[in-house]
Amino acid sequence: MIRSIKHQIKTWGLTELFKGLSVTGKYLFKKKITVRYPEEKTPLSPRFRGHHALRRYENGEERCIACKLCEAVCPANAITIESEEREDGTRRTTQYDIDMFKCIYCGFCEEACPVDAIVETRVFEYEFQERGPHIRTKEDLLAFGDKYEEQIAADRAADAKYR
Amino acid sequence: MVKVEINGQVIEAKEGDMLIDVADSAQISIPRFCYHKKLSIAANCRMCLVDVEGAWKPLPACATPVTDGMKVHTNSPKAIAAQKSVMEFLLINHPLDCPICDQGGECELQDVAMDYGDDVSRYSESKRVVGDKYAGPLIQTDMTRCIHCTRCVRFGQEIAGMMELGATGRSEWMEIGTYIEKSIDSEMSGNMIDLCPVGALTSKPFRYSVRAWELKSHKGIAAHDSIGSNIILHSKNNEVKRVVPNENEAINEVWLSDRDRFSYEGINSEERLTQPMIKKNGQWKTVDWETALQFSVEGLKNVLADSTDVGVLASANSTVEELYLLQKMARGLGVENIDYRHRQIDFGMDQHGFHTPLLQDSIEVVEKLNAVLLVGSYLRKELPILNLRVRKAAMAGAKVFTVNTESFDFNYKVSNAQSDAGMVFELAGVAKAVADIKGAKHELVADITANDAQKVIAQALIDAKAASVFVGQISQLHPDYAVIKRLADLIAELSDAKLSILPIAANEVGAHLAGFLPKNGKNSAQMAQGMDAFINLNIEPEADFADGDNALAAMKAAKFVVNMTAFDSEIQREYADVLLPVATFAETAGTFVNANGLKQSFKMAVEPKGEAKAAWKILRVLGNLFNLNGFDYVHSNEVLQEVFDADTSAVKFSEIAIALPTTNNDAKVKLVSPYQMDAVVRRAPSLQATPDANVETMGRG
Repeated sequence: MIRSIKHQIKTWGLTELFKGLSVTGKYLFKKKITVRYPEEKTPLSPRFRGHHALRRYENGEERCIACKLCEAVCPANAITIESEEREDGTRRTTQYDIDMFKCIYCGFCEEACPVDAIVETRVFEYEFQERGPHIRTKEDLLAFGDKYEEQIAADRAADAKYR
Repeated sequence: MVKVEINGQVIEAKEGDMLIDVADSAQISIPRFCYHKKLSIAANCRMCLVDVEGAWKPLPACATPVTDGMKVHTNSPKAIAAQKSVMEFLLINHPLDCPICDQGGECELQDVAMDYGDDVSRYSESKRVVGDKYAGPLIQTDMTRCIHCTRCVRFGQEIAGMMELGATGRSEWMEIGTYIEKSIDSEMSGNMIDLCPVGALTSKPFRYSVRAWELKSHKGIAAHDSIGSNIILHSKNNEVKRVVPNENEAINEVWLSDRDRFSYEGINSEERLTQPMIKKNGQWKTVDWETALQFSVEGLKNVLADSTDVGVLASANSTVEELYLLQKMARGLGVENIDYRHRQIDFGMDQHGFHTPLLQDSIEVVEKLNAVLLVGSYLRKELPILNLRVRKAAMAGAKVFTVNTESFDFNYKVSNAQSDAGMVFELAGVAKAVADIKGAKHELVADITANDAQKVIAQALIDAKAASVFVGQISQLHPDYAVIKRLADLIAELSDAKLSILPIAANEVGAHLAGFLPKNGKNSAQMAQGMDAFINLNIEPEADFADGDNALAAMKAAKFVVNMTAFDSEIQREYADVLLPVATFAETAGTFVNANGLKQSFKMAVEPKGEAKAAWKILRVLGNLFNLNGFDYVHSNEVLQEVFDADTSAVKFSEIAIALPTTNNDAKVKLVSPYQMDAVVRRAPSLQATPDANVETMGRG
């Protein structure tokens, strides 16, 4: 009986309506967080997982040693590697392909890599208009790494103490 | 029998058995590195330390014999602590290069370290580095990874019989190596790769190509000698990447010869023929299967219209199904010139029937023989696995004798018949000595006088409880093969020994079962004198024939030549009219019959290269195109059924009248390198880089 009376007062007194409006009103006067993408961008974490890159050492030697751990750990089977013994006797890849359509950006490849060769960068703004380029080859990934090396190195350094 | 308690489980064992064997039989796992069931006990890695009640310190399970009432704990705190400590010591100097190590993923050290290793190393001093040694074209060394288990050293001493690797220095400075830089030349060297528990010895041809976890396994049968070793073919992306032994106690135990291990390189050769080709007006062109087969049938029909002088030649390394269908097709066409014995010179025995070459003792029993006479055989290179068994017998005290055209380097003690008269007369001397001792007379050896060495051989064969006479490949190549067989039979008969005419190629016995023999036609040597047409399966006349030049000339002179071959070559393009690409042993289903007559079927491991097809399928279609009856097979098993109704045949050599030759013909024997035996092996570059690939450099005594 009493519950029913309370319900009637709530319904006819419009209390819920005012409650909702008060939330709306609060945000009306708050500082806005919407950014005008692409002119403005939100800040990204150093751990952001975007487009992949293959890194080099400072002397220009590629880091990847074709251990295929990334290929083995990849849950989407997006990575394909073929390896060989290079002329100088070191173990190197002849093929390192990532299928960006298969990739789920989980970051396992980066975690598995014993030499920090494969990394995921902050770059997430890329598109493919046809099939073909979506398979990133070794050359693409190395070039990508060369281009963003400074950012990649800074991000790894920032996150180093948590790894 | 004694009762042992391991981890509370009571197990019955034979007294004197090692603890590790008893635990293994009860499927209780004890980590180990230096222990291997086929090698002697070294107990130097200490990984198998277990806690035995009553002993005040942990004992190595591999070197502790069980006693009655023994109580053992493999996972008590004391045992685990001991094992962990050993692991820590082993890892001190082991490099952390698993990502680039070929053993990574199938490494015993890696596996055991997952169980017993710590995740952080307490060792911060500098690590030991050992320079790599060059060890030949088959084995890659990386000696920094070595944990000094000495399995490879013991393998060399105890199994291969060539101490090629040894340990120098002690403790920290101990190094495994060849001492002076030399390649490892043993015909069984590849087994060291399997034995090495870490990545110190790895396969050179396989190096860095694939990781262990990417490989698919397919069971198979080795296709290069008549032992029929069981193998596992590992493939990735439809390409055979390596071959490893499949354990079979009755045949190859856990071993595999280098020839069977590394021949897979030939399958992936650049020279593979991938599309059917025909020659029209002197021009080669690539065609589809239908055209090529029609062209073959028309070409053969043209020749057959005038004569049945068509030669049908095949390698005895082809499967039973292939050989059976080929001879069935040939006989259906009225052609009787069918043969696989291209290296044989003397066909004198053929008129008395075809004796199926068979190893009369089962392979397991060979190691229990008391005396062995090797007649014209470099067994070590011909049939390495059988040689291993003979070596075991020799190590156990058996006497091994040879009668050979020249002296060879055996890996056990052999005595020869010591004379310069040639092997036939040496053999006759032995026969004479046996006859003299037995008080028998035989007209064949009436004029022979035996020397002392021959008398010793005779006496040993007669005295032995179990003796065998093995007639090997060099006899096959000898111009007096018939006499050799007759004499060997005489010796065996008089001395109560068993006579084994050893089959050499993988499927010689199978070829006999399939009837791939010139029962009413010309043999290989006669065919090499010239025929109107040839149908060839898996052969290259220039390399497979005793007289290669002659055979090649015969091919060139023939009107029409159909080559069913896995490989393309300039030489065959000169004489052939059709090239039909066939699958190699890894790419077809088939059956090999081994030296004991054991029929072993296998399945296809990888798809044939390009448009190549299994030869039995090609022959089935050819049979249908010729409108022959009985070529409607759907499965290779149906072919097999018809073959296995056939039986082996034996010729009674003792009833054959034959005379000794007048001259010493040993110089006419053209030795064949074990790595020149068939087209696939000839195209395995790593094997060709070894000294054994060339008869001139092959190991001699």
